[in-house]
Amino acid sequence: MICICCPLGCALTAVRDKEGEITVTGNTCPRGEAYAKNECLSPKRTVTTTVRVKGEAQAAMVSVKTAGEIPKDKIMDCIRELAGVEVALPVRIGDVVLKNVAGTGIDVVATKNIEKK
Amino acid sequence: MTDGQNVQVDVAIIGGGPAGLAAALGAKKRGADNILIIERDNELGGILNQCIHNGFGLHTFKEELTGPEYAARFIEEVKKEKIPYLLNTIVVDVDAEGKILTLMSRERGLFKIRAKAVVLAMGCRERSRGALNIPGYRPAGIYSAGTAQRYVNMEGRMPGREVVILGSGDIGLIMARRMTLEGAKVKLVAEIMPYCGGLKRNIVQCLEDYGIPLRLSHTVVDIHGKERLKGVTLTRVDEHSKPIPGTEEYIPCDTLLLSCGLIPENELSSGMGVELSSITGGPVVNESLETNLEGVFACGNVLHVHDLVDYVSEEAAKAGENAAEYVERQIRETSRGIPVCGEKGVRYTVPSYLRPEYMDDPQVIRFRVGSNYQNVSVVVYVNDICVIKIKKRTMAPGEMEQIKLKKSDLEKVCECNKVQNIRICIEEQ
Repeated sequence: MICICCPLGCALTAVRDKEGEITVTGNTCPRGEAYAKNECLSPKRTVTTTVRVKGEAQAAMVSVKTAGEIPKDKIMDCIRELAGVEVALPVRIGDVVLKNVAGTGIDVVATKNIEKK
Repeated sequence: MTDGQNVQVDVAIIGGGPAGLAAALGAKKRGADNILIIERDNELGGILNQCIHNGFGLHTFKEELTGPEYAARFIEEVKKEKIPYLLNTIVVDVDAEGKILTLMSRERGLFKIRAKAVVLAMGCRERSRGALNIPGYRPAGIYSAGTAQRYVNMEGRMPGREVVILGSGDIGLIMARRMTLEGAKVKLVAEIMPYCGGLKRNIVQCLEDYGIPLRLSHTVVDIHGKERLKGVTLTRVDEHSKPIPGTEEYIPCDTLLLSCGLIPENELSSGMGVELSSITGGPVVNESLETNLEGVFACGNVLHVHDLVDYVSEEAAKAGENAAEYVERQIRETSRGIPVCGEKGVRYTVPSYLRPEYMDDPQVIRFRVGSNYQNVSVVVYVNDICVIKIKKRTMAPGEMEQIKLKKSDLEKVCECNKVQNIRICIEEQ
């Protein structure tokens, strides 16, 4: 598998032995090892998307992200839950837009500062 | 600030994206007081504002930020330093001799300012369909990937429902994921080369995660539909990128996104008389990132297209510092410096000229290679004598490289004023 932790894109190999222990080779840093193990057991991703700004404002959308990684199979649920969310201005980076998205325990936060005009 | 030609600034910075912001902070740090950033959009931050994905700032901040978050760090700094900026204002013309900038905004119409130094930080634009010469009709539904990115991420509009992406650059891959998350069906990403143009991590997290096929050695040879795009003809290409007859395939779609490379935006620069490189499309600069026009500096993607914004910020800060230093010293230079050449696999270098008396110690020289290499050495020659040799496991055209040249490297060979040429080559080990 290819590591997605940084632009290097190391080619990783993960082997699981009889006891269920996973050994990772090909990584050039500790993040690669953690990624490969996670990818075998429960792949996770940070989701970045946008939500609408409430009412008529100088910006139509606010960019957001999950404050941490969420399980890969919850990505579309996360997107669906955010579809109905609207944010009132002003908004600051880090403001929580939606708590505990898709039951993952992870919040969705704003990634842009937009003042109210 | 009042209108009229008597408005004078020390450093005028054209563009308020990552390069312009870092250049302004660099100039401020080096002591310039009277700085002005001129931005054509309605906010600072440039293209970062529409790059809502994460992965920015790993080098600078040791954490993964989204584009708007990375921009905000610099915007806050600019505001804290009280550096003035104009929004919704374009630079129409620069008279290089007197450094008179003609500006235009909706509120003020045409007006002029004078500057002692100018920093070009206008960024780049995408290669358009016209430049790619795809035959067929010109229906609606064909966008550059970056235009679609702006529509979706900033304006909240969807360009279409059934999408084909031509070109596997990172923006194309990221838009494949983005369009999928927003409910579109991305049918495939076609790449004319036998390898992907974007990062491997983006193939995984933007295509494979969503089951989007990447068709290498394929291109679009025909566009169908009169009013609205109805479909494209996809074909396999041979090793010379020529379509192979009999491999045509009709793909129905209402949207075609083009992600086929970036070109530095230098209409303003060439209008001023700035000498441009035929390889990078950006200005030819010396070690201070100064163009052939005295007191006119360039940095960021207008100079050469970068892969990482961290390097744009780093380079632009230098350009800003050098502009401030130029304003302070006001010395007229006559010498261009020693030519720095890329040879044997090195496509270009930035800078192209080096004046030892002004060089940083060490001086960063950035370059790109022309093809993929494995187990090679980057070798630097001064007057044909090897002074640096660095082993590289892999090198690729998509990754900007850099070497650090020390003053002592030059002095190993001869006195600095006797250096005649500096060459950077790729050699077998």
